[in-house]
Amino acid sequence: MATATSPKTSTELVSGADILVQSLVNHGVDTIFAYPGGCSMPLHQALTRYSDKIRTILPRHEQGGGFAAQGIARSTGKVGVCMATSGPGATNLVTAIADAKLDSVPMVCVTGQVATKVIGSDAFQETPIVEVCRGITKHHYLVTDVNDVARVMREAFLVAASGRPGPVLVDMPKDVQLDKCVPDYNADINLPGFEVDLPHARPEQIKQVAAAIKRAKRPIIYAGGGVVTANASDEVRELVAKTGIPVTMTVMGLGIYPGTDELSLDMLGMHGSVYSNLAVDEADLLIALGVRFDDRVTGKVEEFCKHGKIVHIDVDAAELNKNKPAHIPVCSDVKFALKELNQIVEAPEDISDWVAKCKKWKADEPFTYNKEYEGITQQHAIHTLWEMTHKLDPVITVGVGQHQMWAAQFYKFDKPRTWLSSSGLGTMGFGLPAAMGVQSQYPDRLVIDIDGDGSFLMNVQELATLVCEKLPVKVLLLNNQHLGMVVQWEDRFMQGNRAHTYLGPIDNPEWSGQGDGVGSLHQEERYPHFVTIAKGFGCGGAYVEKKCDLEAAIQEMIDYDGPYVLDVAVPYQEHVLPMIPGGHTVKDMIKK
Amino acid sequence: MRHVLSAVVQNVPGVLSNVAGMLASRGYNIDSLAVGETEDPQLSRMTFVVVGDDSVLEQVRKQLEKIVTVVRVTDVSAKDFVERDLMLIKVEARGDDRPEIRELTNIFRGRIVDVSPEQVIIEISGQERKIEAFIDLMRPFGITELVRTGRIAMVRSIDRPQRSGNIRPAVGTMKKAE
Repeated sequence: MATATSPKTSTELVSGADILVQSLVNHGVDTIFAYPGGCSMPLHQALTRYSDKIRTILPRHEQGGGFAAQGIARSTGKVGVCMATSGPGATNLVTAIADAKLDSVPMVCVTGQVATKVIGSDAFQETPIVEVCRGITKHHYLVTDVNDVARVMREAFLVAASGRPGPVLVDMPKDVQLDKCVPDYNADINLPGFEVDLPHARPEQIKQVAAAIKRAKRPIIYAGGGVVTANASDEVRELVAKTGIPVTMTVMGLGIYPGTDELSLDMLGMHGSVYSNLAVDEADLLIALGVRFDDRVTGKVEEFCKHGKIVHIDVDAAELNKNKPAHIPVCSDVKFALKELNQIVEAPEDISDWVAKCKKWKADEPFTYNKEYEGITQQHAIHTLWEMTHKLDPVITVGVGQHQMWAAQFYKFDKPRTWLSSSGLGTMGFGLPAAMGVQSQYPDRLVIDIDGDGSFLMNVQELATLVCEKLPVKVLLLNNQHLGMVVQWEDRFMQGNRAHTYLGPIDNPEWSGQGDGVGSLHQEERYPHFVTIAKGFGCGGAYVEKKCDLEAAIQEMIDYDGPYVLDVAVPYQEHVLPMIPGGHTVKDMIKK
Repeated sequence: MRHVLSAVVQNVPGVLSNVAGMLASRGYNIDSLAVGETEDPQLSRMTFVVVGDDSVLEQVRKQLEKIVTVVRVTDVSAKDFVERDLMLIKVEARGDDRPEIRELTNIFRGRIVDVSPEQVIIEISGQERKIEAFIDLMRPFGITELVRTGRIAMVRSIDRPQRSGNIRPAVGTMKKAE
């Protein structure tokens, strides 16, 4: 069998499975999340031969493996890798792939496939996964010849990581895994239409942007995931230091600029801060960096920054003028463009009134919540968690829903890649497996999944992986017994009619909307019993309902040696505010 | 507005499905699509007729260029170009009608490629309007079957910009890298 020693000069015959795994090693992969099955067994056998170089982690569901790979990619910037067998294994990856596509996460997904001679015969566990995934991958391969494996893997990593990153699917029929050839790991790539080099802004474009900044009276920076991908957070900070322009960030962009700095206007959009949305509305110059004018950011897109000039810098040409026409569209690697801009940019002549106005908005209407409430609110729990942990350099992951938005509002991120959120696709169940991936890369770091009870249950099986693989992820479970975000919409727009948004037994009054807004605080009367679940998996766990006990409970969670679930009882009629209803404008903002 | 786009793609399995799927999922209105190998067997050419304003055209072009197997996209209708449709049409042709059908076919520079006692098959190529005019003329005789290729187009070797026609040139030339 082939070994990892001098693979590039070997003339030995090597199996497709071994070539694939050696390719992973060549591309610096140290951890893979892989769930075996009939059609991926040769790949798994090969993985055992490379166990000194690659840690193979068995998730308890392929979707968990997919999100764990994303956890690696989002927190480190490396390409995340996951593997599944054919058929159901492959289709279980689909949501994680779609999620990676929408959030531009570099990922290589390897799937087993039935043997080439039976493809198309509806064989056992056969799905045409390349067909299924065409629209949700950046690129995809069905490998039909063992001689192609090394080249395909080179191309897959190149495509996944370059330009605007995304997921690449490599479908490997079982016979191709078993066939042998002499591999050429340096085989030329065959991508005649693929631009490997990042686009670079032209000098005259940079001058235009600098001139627009110089002239601006009410400028604002709107920074998103593209800045994180480009590792251009430092360049944004330098631009702010040179110009004094306030910064607002998308949910993907939190951490680009320190959330604790006074020039941070925090998140904008539907559940963004009052001050960021007011500032964008009144701005005369919007400097949009690595963003795509998503509907959750813009609301009614025609009204968004209606009176301002828009500079839009993005690596993906197709994002320019897609949702919102830009006055100065610049197709460029954001980092390059900002480096160039920072060399010539001058501060606007006088924006002190504007900055003062932004600061006043921020002081007048900060993110807030009912501090008088005697129990624990979600916001209070997150704020407390932030106070207790932000100096420990943690990584925070979230599920999707109210808790996600509150985490974005109340946990102040000071660094990029410390906040992981399924933002574009909005996949419930993202938080726990993503945290698992992060922890695999940073064994000694504090990794916390702030989750809701609905989201948490969607990938709760990964608690087993955490225990068995010794990944000490902490879960702050904000348990309101409901699908809180949908409940909020029911309350706001559907007269509070509960339509399958209660997660407890159907004979409880909450099921029909007759509850009191809190529900029973007796642990035994809440459903399910999350501490029992946690302990059943072998995790630590505790329940907390009293405000005065919260800090001690969080401290116990942080100090616990191993994965831990802290079940926090919270009310269900708290609403995420402010809120700009979909398709509306800042003038329609709901503040209470 | 009507634009003719030409995309050179890698001749690999699934590329048509990839392109067609992208166009469908993003809701672009494609009037016609023709695919065939080029002089290089590794490459195929797809010719699209896209209906929409310049911003639609720009998005279609950029989204096409993002597909990894798409090598380059050209807006043919931004330049001086030749375009053709090819049609096979089977028409009822009995007794007295035959001379007239043959006459019309000659006027349109078509060819009768199959004859049976009651029908003929006519091959005709040209611009869309010519093809449609011919269809209208054949209708009274009775059209049994009709097959058309999608539009194919090629930029002329010498650009003569003062061209008349119903296609408004789009701005700029199309290159893969923006």
